[in-house]
Amino acid sequence: MFIRTLLAASVAALSLAGPTLADDVLIVDVAELSGAGAAAGGVWHDGVVMGFDDVNAAGGILGRMVDLQSYDSQTDPMNSRAMVQRAIDDGTYVLMGTVYSSSTIVNMLVAQQNGMPQFTGSEAPTITAQGNPYIFRTAFGAQMGLPKIGTYLANDMNISRIAIVWANTEFGRGGYDAFMNVAAEEGMEVVADIPTEQAQVDFAADVTRVISSGAEAVFVYLTEEESARFLISARQQGLSIPMAGDTVLVSQRVIDLAGEAANGAMGHVGLSAAAPIPAIQEFSTRFQARFGYTPDHNAIKGYIGAWTVRYVTELIGDFDREAFAKRMHGLCLDAATYPGVLMDVCWDDTGEISRESFLVEVVDGQQAITRTLAAN
Amino acid sequence: MSDLLQIIVSGLSTGSIYALAAVGFTLLWQASQTINFAQGEFVMLPAFFVLAAMGLGAPLWLAIAIALVASLLLLGVAFKELIVEPMLPHGTLPLVIATIALGLLMKESVKEFYSAQGQSFPHVFPPEVIRIFGAAISIGDLLNLALCFLIILALQMFLQRTRTGRSMQATAQNPQVAEILGVDIKRMVMYTFLINAALATVASLLITPVYLAKFSNGETLGLVAFIAAIVGGFNQIRGALVGGLLIGVVDNLAAVYVSAQYRTAVPLILLIVIIMVRPQGIMGTSEGRTV
Repeated sequence: MFIRTLLAASVAALSLAGPTLADDVLIVDVAELSGAGAAAGGVWHDGVVMGFDDVNAAGGILGRMVDLQSYDSQTDPMNSRAMVQRAIDDGTYVLMGTVYSSSTIVNMLVAQQNGMPQFTGSEAPTITAQGNPYIFRTAFGAQMGLPKIGTYLANDMNISRIAIVWANTEFGRGGYDAFMNVAAEEGMEVVADIPTEQAQVDFAADVTRVISSGAEAVFVYLTEEESARFLISARQQGLSIPMAGDTVLVSQRVIDLAGEAANGAMGHVGLSAAAPIPAIQEFSTRFQARFGYTPDHNAIKGYIGAWTVRYVTELIGDFDREAFAKRMHGLCLDAATYPGVLMDVCWDDTGEISRESFLVEVVDGQQAITRTLAAN
Repeated sequence: MSDLLQIIVSGLSTGSIYALAAVGFTLLWQASQTINFAQGEFVMLPAFFVLAAMGLGAPLWLAIAIALVASLLLLGVAFKELIVEPMLPHGTLPLVIATIALGLLMKESVKEFYSAQGQSFPHVFPPEVIRIFGAAISIGDLLNLALCFLIILALQMFLQRTRTGRSMQATAQNPQVAEILGVDIKRMVMYTFLINAALATVASLLITPVYLAKFSNGETLGLVAFIAAIVGGFNQIRGALVGGLLIGVVDNLAAVYVSAQYRTAVPLILLIVIIMVRPQGIMGTSEGRTV
């Protein structure tokens, strides 16, 4: 009798608890929540969380709420691969992440083999050069962004001798190759070529090499914490030449970490919280209020990725991964009709992205937009 | 020439901070046969005490004072009373394993309570630059170097010129005889742990503005300090100083003149060479041990 009463009470309680988990759609974000990539992955994850919370507040996807789960890649490519496999086994509808290219280049093969659409924050050119029909960027690949800053350095700043400091990782190698091509095309001589290690903490010697090279400017292509450490060392060592980068060097996270040492750094950014776009500024204000820090490009990437999942699913009218991936190719979403993407955006047949971008300079600890560049 | 000067000064500055951590290694070994593999985490943690205090509204100077007191209590008193004292009777190896576990606990706790992301940390000394013989020398680097030298010099004088210091040395050399001569060896050992905690705090305050405050900082710092202590001589404070400075300079020179990719390997190669050529370290003395 007691057991029967208990069961009845349980059933009644469950029926009052609203929609069951079976009604939700599972989406897993595999991100760098610890390890060397936590500065990027943590911010990306917050953007994803806010994106899907907004999606749920707007009625979910095709009437179903998103059950967002996060798995920590620990910034370890092999662990990220295992986490992606786990997400697929758990039945994720699409996959969010990872941000570090070294991880994405490994785990995207698992997603591809399982026909799993994947939104990545990675920027290494190799990611969309593999012919993987299920991978989609949320920001420019380095091969799209670097020609813009390279052209600016050569033509607007008249730089002819340049040093390059780059991360010796999948992310860094992609940017390095792309920048070397741009430097050759624009006639800039690379007078110092300085590879660095992931999670490197001491950049004093690298800065000294830049100084002794006689370069007129230095191009810095490192991840967040390493960029901040480089800027701090550059200030300590009295490096006085212009420092330029692509997205990361002038990101808000790097500015927050490097403090005054970030002032004067310049770069090309695909996404910026300082962009003169009302939707991005409104997003930035809400993000800051919720998480207590200014969002950077990684937060915006995650947010846009989340909304894109909703828009594309509603365009195809079903939770069909194959149809999702096919619809993404050649898709353009305009921000007026699809406000969650914040800026007009298109994906090509390789999953590469195209939209407006910006040249920025760090002034008094803030990004200042100096020029808006047209979409590719 | 100016480049070389700049490389050497910045290497000496970083190396002097390594030396502080390495001196702590040697002190604990001398006083209690404790090889503290959590030494890197001991250097990592005080920076988070400072950030926590500043987060509660304390100005930098007060936050540093709070961090110092917290470090003395946790990394000095609590470490000795709760880990070293109970483990020491079981031999050196269990204690080594206990310190490895402690290091992991500290690292993961900071990650859990303070996030895995690096945090900016205020400069204790101004990061401005002066020109000396054409080289851009950081005032912060020079002050780091001066402060570390001053601290190690003061420590040497304390150990050699004061009654308490000599009692500490007697305790380190032969605790049984020291006790017979009336030395309170428990108190002397406690002083050693407190000095180590204070050195770790200073090292933390000097290195974190450049490294950023991050839970994983101890991995690098602990390894380098350990190498520095062995290269210099594990049983000599001045050896730890020499080892730290040497590692700092060699690391910088290797990065500039050898290869950036192999820079982390160079101190390890130096370690291997020293162990093969002079096992007691550059300044160390041979010790007989029986089994």
